[in-house]
Amino acid sequence: MTYIRPKFRHPELPKNKLGYSVDYYEGALSTLCAGCGHDSISAGIIQAAFELNIEPHKLAKLSGIGCSSKTPAYFLSNSHGFNSVHGRMPSVATGANLANRDLTYFGVSGDGDTASIGMGQFVHAIRRSLNMTYIVMNNGCYGLTKGQDSATADQGSKNKSGNVNLFESIDLASLAIELGATFVAQSFSGDKSQLVPLIKAAMNHPGFAFINVISPCVTFNNNMGSTKSYDYVREHVEATATIDFVPEMQEISVEYGKGKQKQVVMHDGSVIQLHKLSEDWDPLDRQSAMNAVLNSKAKNEILTGLLYVNPDAHDLHHMINTSDRALNSLTKAELCPGSEMLVDINSGLR
Amino acid sequence: MAAKKDKINDFVIRFANVNGTGSASANFLFTKAIFRMGIPVTPKNIFPSNIQGLPTWYEVRVNEKGYLGRREGIDLMVAVNPQSMLKDVKDVRAGGYFMYDSSKPLHKEYIREDITYLGIPLMQMCNEAYTDARQRQLFKNIIYVGALAALFDIEFNVLEDLLAEQFKGKEKLIPANVKALKLGVDYVHANFKYPLEYRVERRNLLKDKILMEGNAACGLGAVYAGATVAGWYPITPSTSVIEAFMDYSDEFRIDKITGKRNVAILQAEDELSAIGMVIGANWNGARAFTSTSGPGLSLMNEFLGLAYFAEIPTVLVDVQRTGPSTGMPTRTQQSDILEAAYASHGDTKHVLLFPSTPKECFDCMLDAFDLSEELQTPVIVMTDLDLGMNDHVSPPLTFDDKREYKRGKVLDAEALEKIEKFGRYLDVDKDGITYRTLPGTHPSKGSFFTRGTSRDEYATYTEDSAAYQRNMDRLTRKWNTAKKIVPSPQVYKKKNESKNGILFFGTSQYAAEEAMDVLKSEKIIVDAIRVRAFPFTKEVEDFINSHDKVFVIEQNRDAQMRSLLMIEMDAEPKKLVSVLNYDGMPITADNILNQVKTNLSSKGLGSKAAAKKPVVLKVVESKKVAPKKKVVAKKKTVKKEVAKKKVAPKKKLVATKKVVKKVLAKKKVTPKKKIAAKKKSNIKVVAKKKVATKKKVVAKKSNFKKATKKRK
Repeated sequence: MTYIRPKFRHPELPKNKLGYSVDYYEGALSTLCAGCGHDSISAGIIQAAFELNIEPHKLAKLSGIGCSSKTPAYFLSNSHGFNSVHGRMPSVATGANLANRDLTYFGVSGDGDTASIGMGQFVHAIRRSLNMTYIVMNNGCYGLTKGQDSATADQGSKNKSGNVNLFESIDLASLAIELGATFVAQSFSGDKSQLVPLIKAAMNHPGFAFINVISPCVTFNNNMGSTKSYDYVREHVEATATIDFVPEMQEISVEYGKGKQKQVVMHDGSVIQLHKLSEDWDPLDRQSAMNAVLNSKAKNEILTGLLYVNPDAHDLHHMINTSDRALNSLTKAELCPGSEMLVDINSGLR
Repeated sequence: MAAKKDKINDFVIRFANVNGTGSASANFLFTKAIFRMGIPVTPKNIFPSNIQGLPTWYEVRVNEKGYLGRREGIDLMVAVNPQSMLKDVKDVRAGGYFMYDSSKPLHKEYIREDITYLGIPLMQMCNEAYTDARQRQLFKNIIYVGALAALFDIEFNVLEDLLAEQFKGKEKLIPANVKALKLGVDYVHANFKYPLEYRVERRNLLKDKILMEGNAACGLGAVYAGATVAGWYPITPSTSVIEAFMDYSDEFRIDKITGKRNVAILQAEDELSAIGMVIGANWNGARAFTSTSGPGLSLMNEFLGLAYFAEIPTVLVDVQRTGPSTGMPTRTQQSDILEAAYASHGDTKHVLLFPSTPKECFDCMLDAFDLSEELQTPVIVMTDLDLGMNDHVSPPLTFDDKREYKRGKVLDAEALEKIEKFGRYLDVDKDGITYRTLPGTHPSKGSFFTRGTSRDEYATYTEDSAAYQRNMDRLTRKWNTAKKIVPSPQVYKKKNESKNGILFFGTSQYAAEEAMDVLKSEKIIVDAIRVRAFPFTKEVEDFINSHDKVFVIEQNRDAQMRSLLMIEMDAEPKKLVSVLNYDGMPITADNILNQVKTNLSSKGLGSKAAAKKPVVLKVVESKKVAPKKKVVAKKKTVKKEVAKKKVAPKKKLVATKKVVKKVLAKKKVTPKKKIAAKKKSNIKVVAKKKVATKKKVVAKKSNFKKATKKRK
C-alpha cells in the first residue's frame, strides 16, 4: 500500500460529458496489500463510472464485511457509502433501492461475504431481480482473518500454509444464472480491458447484474498449487468473447478483426458488442450460458466475459408495482389518510 | 325469574372448539353483540400452534365495571370439542353451566354434581336443518350462539343487524344464518329456564369506544406515520401487523391515477434480511419498519447493533410471545424486555415503547417513527400476543391533522451549501444528535461512509482510542436527550397517598387497575405508575424514590423490568418487589392481589423494616399457593407444536372484520377434504392452505368494498 498519493493531476486530463476528469471518481487511499487484485477492480469501477458519465452522488455504494467490502471507500468519494454487516449487504441494498429507485446501486462483496455467511441474502436478492450491480471480488480465501479457505476455493487447491481444500467449491456465476439473474459475467482483476466494459454494461442493466471477478490475494493465496493465484488464473483463463459496451447513440469507432460478432441491444438503446464469440454459446440463452460455464470447468478453464444477459429484464419495482416516484420523496399529504378517514375506520370498529 | 344483581353483566364464558371449524367467526359474533349492547367485553383467543384439528378456546369476560383483564373461573362453558371435554368440565366454576352437544348421551365421567348441564343436540339439529356437510358443521356454531342469546338475554335484533352488516352484498346468505340462530333460541325456549342468572342488560358504558386488535392498530399506525417500506418475515403473533399494513395500504396507498403503489412491502427470506431492508430504506430517507416476535428479535440483534452504532432510524414492532426459544408460540408474555433494551453485542441501548391499548398501538407507531428519526436510532414498540391478537375495547383512534412528521436533523442541498465542511458525527447542537444527509442530495457535499466500525466526527474510519471514546460518550449524551422526549409514564395520582406503589406496563394495565380498585375497596391504598417508555423518565425515578416499596408487575419469570429499573435507575433492589405471571396466559387481577396482599400482610404495610428483608422470596412462595391452570396440549400433538415454529394462527384479522363471510367461504370446502386432512396428508394440508389463502383474499376484497361503500 502507498501512504502518500500525490494530489497533482495533469491539468489536461480528459473530461467526460459532465466535465469531470477521472480523478473526480477516485476515493480514499487504499489500505489493502500492495498488488491486491481488489485495487485493480476499484480502478476498473472508477474508469467505468467516469466513462459512463455517472453523477457520483446519484450512486450508492454498499458492501458487507471483508477486504473486498472495504473497497467502496477507495472509489467514488462523492457517493454515499454503506459498509454494512457481514453477508447482509443485499438486504440493506434492497431496502435502499425500495426507498429511492432513482439512484444507481453498486454492491461490492467478497467470496466469504457472499458464498458463505451471505449466501441466503445473495440468492434472494437475485430472485427479486433487485436493480443493482453486484460484484464479488473472489480470491478463494478469507484475507482479513489471514487466509482461511472460503467456499469458492476449488477442491484440491492448496493455500499458503500448504493445506489442501477438501470440499467442493461454490460456483457463483452458474448459481446466479440458475437463480435467474438477468446479467451474469465473470472476469479477472488482471484484465482491465474486459472488466471495464463489463462493469459499464452491468451498471446499465435494469435488473440484478452480477460479476464474479477472480481477484488473487497476493498475501495468502498466490502460491503454487492455488487455483486462484495470478499465475494459475492467467494460464487457465478463457474468454467467451471480447466485449465493448456502447452507450446509447454512440458511434462504434473501433475496428475489429474477423470472427463472429453479436450485438445485444439493451432496454435504453445502448449496445453490448461481442466479438470473437466462442462456439456453441449464445449470451441470450440461459441454458447455453450454463453449458459454457460447465464445459470450461470440466476443462479446468476459467471462463470469463459476459455469460448471460436478458436485455428485457424487469426489476423489483416493476414486479411490485411501486410508484414511479421515489418513495422517499412522498410527503405526509400523499401518505397520511388524515383524521376524517379515521372517523370512518373507528365507526367500522364499533 | 329475577337474576341476582351481581351476575348481570359480570361473567366469564369459554368456548371450547376445534381449530379450523369456523368457530372463530361465530364466537366473535357473540362478543360483538355484547359490545353493541354497550357492555364492556374482553375476548381472549387461546389457540394452538396449528391450522386445523387441535383444541382451541375463546374466552369472553363480560364486566359492567369495565374491567377488561382476564379473570379465572368459567361461569359457562360451551363445550363442542370432545377432545378437550374432560378438562373443559373441570374448568367450570362450582355453580356454573356446561353447554354441550347432546346428540349423543354424555358419559358419566363428564358428570359433576355442582354444575348445571345444558344439553343441546347441535349435530342432530344441524343434520335435520341442513343438507350440505360443511354447513352442518358451521351452523352448529351459529346455533349455540342463538342458544346463548336466549340464555343471556342478548337482543336478537343486535345479532341480526351484525349478520346483515357482515353479509352486505351477499344478502342471500343471511336467512340461513338467522335460521340457525333461531334454532338455538327456540331450543332454549322449549327446554330450559331462561334467561340465566348470568345475563346481559343493555348499558351505554362504551360510548365512542371501538373493538380492535393491537396488531391492526399498529399496521394502521404505520400507514398514518407515513411508512413506505416494510420488510418482514412471517412469525406468530406479529404477522397480522404487516397484514393490516398491507390491507390498509391497499386502501390508502394506491395512486388513483396511475394505479401504482406508494408503498413497498416485501416478504424477506428471514428476519435478518427483514430488518436489513428496514435499515437500508431508512438510511435512504424512507420511513420503514418491520414486525416480529421473540425468535425474530434474537436474529435481528446484529443489525440492531449496526443501526445503533451507525445511527440509522429503525422501527420495529415486537409482538412478544412466550419464550425462551420457540417457547409457546401462541401464548402471551412480556419476556423480551432485556433482549430488546440491550439488543446486540457491545454497549448498546435501545428506545422501547410500551403500548397498553389498540389506541396506544396506533399512537406508538406515530411516536416511534418520529423518535427514531429524531434520535437516529432504533425504536422498538413492545406489544404482546394478548394486545396484538385479541380484540380490545379501546378509546377511538385519533389523529391530529396538524401533526407533522418529525424527520429529525437531515441536511438538504441548500443547508449543505452553507456548511464549509460537513461532519456526519459532529455534535453541533451538543445534544448528542448529529446531522445526517441522504444519498443523492448534493453533487459534492455531504457524502459519507456509513459503517459499523469506529469512525471520527467526519465519518472516517479510525482506531484512535480518544475518537472512539468521544463517540461513545456522545451516544450516551444522545441517550440522555432521549429521556426528555420519550412518552412520559401515566401516574395515577397527583400526590402520593401511600408508601407503597405499583408499577406496570403494557397489557398488565387491565389487571393492575382492577387490582387497585379491589385493594381500595379493602382500604389498602397503593399509588400507581404505568411505564410507557425506556429510557425511563424522571417521573419513574421520582415514583420509585418516593415510595418505600414498589411492586413491579410483569408477565415474565425473571422480573426483567425490575432488572432494568435496577440497572438504569440505581433503584434499591429490596425496594422493588416482583409480582410475576408467566404461564402464558394474560395476567389476572386475582393473581396480582394474591401476590401483593401476601407480601403486605406478612410484612406489614410498607414498613421500612419490611422493605429490608428479601421479600421477593416470599412472593415466589405465595405463587405456589396459587398455581396457575395451564392449557396443556395432548401428548400426541406436542411434537407437531414444537416443530411448527412459525405457523400462521387462525386468521383473526379477517374474522374480526367479517364474521360470517368466513362461514360462507368455507361452505365451498367439501367434507372429504377435511377427512383427508385429518389423516395428516401433507399434500392435502398444503392444498387446503392455498384454498384458505384465496378465500381470505376474496373475503378481504369484499370487506374493502363494503368499507368503501360505507364511507360513501
